[in-house]
Amino acid sequence: MDYVIIAFLCLAILLYFLLGGADFGAGIIELFTSQKNRSKTRKTMNQAIGPIWEANHMWLIIAIVILFVAFPKIYTTMSVHLHIPLAIMLIGIIARGTAFVFRHYDAVKDQMQEVYNKIFIYSSFITPLFLGIIAGSVISGQIDTQAKDFASAYVFSWLNWFSIAVGLFTVALCGFLAAIYLIGESKADEDKKRFIKKAEFMNVAAVIFGAVVFTAAYFENVPLMTWVFENEVGLIAVVLASLSLILLWYLLLKGKTKVLRVLAGFQVTMILVAISYAHFPNFIRLKAGGAISLYDSIAPVKTVESLGWALVLGSFLILPFLGYLFYKFQQKEE
Amino acid sequence: MDDFLAARSQMALSLGFHIIYACIGMVMPFFMAISHYKWLKTNNEVYKNITKAWSKGVAIFFATGAVSGTMLSFELGLLWPKFMEHAGPIFGMPFSLEGTAFFIEAIALGFFLYGWNKLNKWFHWFTGVVVGVSGLASGILVVAANAWMNSPAGFDFVDGKYLNIDPIAAMFNKAWFTQALHMCLAAFTATGFAVAGVHALMILKKQNTDFHYKAFKIAAVFATICAVLQPISGDLSAKDVAKRQPAKLAAMEALYVTQKPAPLLIGGIVNEKDKKVSHAIEIPGALSFLAHGDFKAEVTGLDKIPENEQPPVAITHYAFQIMVGIGSLLVLISLGYFILLLRKKSILERKWLLKLFVLAIPLGYIALEAGWVVTEVGRQPWIIYGVMRTKDAVTPMPGIAWSFYLFSAIYASLNVIVIFLLYRQIKMVPILYSPAQVSTQFKAD
Repeated sequence: MDYVIIAFLCLAILLYFLLGGADFGAGIIELFTSQKNRSKTRKTMNQAIGPIWEANHMWLIIAIVILFVAFPKIYTTMSVHLHIPLAIMLIGIIARGTAFVFRHYDAVKDQMQEVYNKIFIYSSFITPLFLGIIAGSVISGQIDTQAKDFASAYVFSWLNWFSIAVGLFTVALCGFLAAIYLIGESKADEDKKRFIKKAEFMNVAAVIFGAVVFTAAYFENVPLMTWVFENEVGLIAVVLASLSLILLWYLLLKGKTKVLRVLAGFQVTMILVAISYAHFPNFIRLKAGGAISLYDSIAPVKTVESLGWALVLGSFLILPFLGYLFYKFQQKEE
Repeated sequence: MDDFLAARSQMALSLGFHIIYACIGMVMPFFMAISHYKWLKTNNEVYKNITKAWSKGVAIFFATGAVSGTMLSFELGLLWPKFMEHAGPIFGMPFSLEGTAFFIEAIALGFFLYGWNKLNKWFHWFTGVVVGVSGLASGILVVAANAWMNSPAGFDFVDGKYLNIDPIAAMFNKAWFTQALHMCLAAFTATGFAVAGVHALMILKKQNTDFHYKAFKIAAVFATICAVLQPISGDLSAKDVAKRQPAKLAAMEALYVTQKPAPLLIGGIVNEKDKKVSHAIEIPGALSFLAHGDFKAEVTGLDKIPENEQPPVAITHYAFQIMVGIGSLLVLISLGYFILLLRKKSILERKWLLKLFVLAIPLGYIALEAGWVVTEVGRQPWIIYGVMRTKDAVTPMPGIAWSFYLFSAIYASLNVIVIFLLYRQIKMVPILYSPAQVSTQFKAD
């Protein structure tokens, strides 16, 4: 059952990254759209993510519940040492979710709309930035459980170049996923073209910030190179991600939409695999050396078993229902 | 403000905020489902309009409830890491099931809100019912997790270690049923009265009377029936608490000295220093009956509880008085409504009763919050009753006061915006749903 739970944890994180990421990305795209096109972008976006955005964010809840039930040591270590970025991310989540719904359901459309819009787009940027910072901090080896002073225990655990670089990389990937998703959701050719432009822009940004992540890793002594390039799985994942990048640009220029989604999802998955495979089963790298691994922090057998069954049975209910939701509300290609 | 107090205040604030939004998100779908059903059966456009108007409210409340709930799942660790480190694997079962229920609720809500004219009409109706049922299930599961803190089960605590963990036994702890029942009834009562009250207000203002009267009736049925049932559930809870948590019961009634028989105190001013209550109305033997079903039974007072295991008495007592007082008032309003129905009189001719419903708009929620104060403050100083103290669970990070101020500001502004949005929704009813406008309005949808 241990593996079932770990598999669900990985799946929840991956799906949150892909679906929640695309969802955050929609706000990022809006942020990087010129003032005159914003209302058009907004319209496509409301139709595309309105019905599904709540469900997309449920993967975060699933991941966090798995963490605190089955891996309490990991959950509490993160909660203590990454308190500040977690709190900022939560503010982002609160602001973003409410602003999105408020602007849609405000019965009077007046200048308040501008307020909701502002809150929505900035929190769409800040939330994934801090999600990335948190993810980066977990593997950065800067978490110091023995620190005596405030700054090293609670601030430098996440405020370092590597974590920030991962944060920016995450933002670029979210924007990229969203742009690819929105291409397929837009009806007018003009909108399609604009999203293709955005996808190209975000893809270039992702490649640049990817390079920044590697550079920061070098200076902060994070053995990222070793993880990615010194084992077969990491290497294959990188090669596949690069090959799919070429194919992706080709399809992008041709304006294919549905295949693009699969490919973009595949690419991001490969990036996550490449970074995390060598690292597995370690989860949090500690400053004092060593790590907290998934295996040695796992909860007692009975807890793991009942959680495993809950997840398996739950997914029988959730996945078909969720699949039908996506199917029903996607825009038909005309 | 010290960090421990700040952490407790922030938790109380977050829970107090979330509870209201979660309750509305959990109860309103049932009102909607009934109105929706009536529309499908009678083809009366008014019911469709009511369903649509309510669904907008639900969307606003659900989203706010969902984000504040997400916040809570992190806050447990951000504020109480030592608690979560040990409790997570034990009481995590209801949370993992709740994750599933919450997920299904979110999917169903997506179908329901965006499914007008896109889905088979009965499937569309069914998704609305699923929102309600899964929301209710989430509520029950979360309360079961809280009940575990009051009535720890499913593990052995030996030499500071948590052994033989059984998450299923932890979920079905002794308090889960009484707490969940009391909470569900409270949610329906509070939300029912709030919704009925808003519509009663609009009836008094003579705006779209047909629309508001139909809406009023649906909400009022739930509110009044649950309000009348609530004292029975309250009695079960009191007997349960008397058995499991005598310190909490003693604090609720400010019973400083063990007595046989014990009187029930109504109101009164608690003097925590002198351990006395003044100006209270005493009903002899009533507390004995309430706690043990026997007018002559002995009720444990705070004198039998070690000083360092006593909860704050004044807050618990006052909160309990507020809850019971409001509960009784709502029962009276409900009985008034029933008598009217029995005599086949329309409430439209009884302005005073409508006014009482308007008065009751905030009352249910005040009682509900007071009830949670009784449960949570009454459990102190324990976070896991009899096992772990709250102050031993708090995060080592200093400066929580800042976080408390920040989140207070955020929640306060959210409340203001939501009230502002509801005000606008209600103000727009005549424009959006008046007969002349209906046809054009819905063609545009």
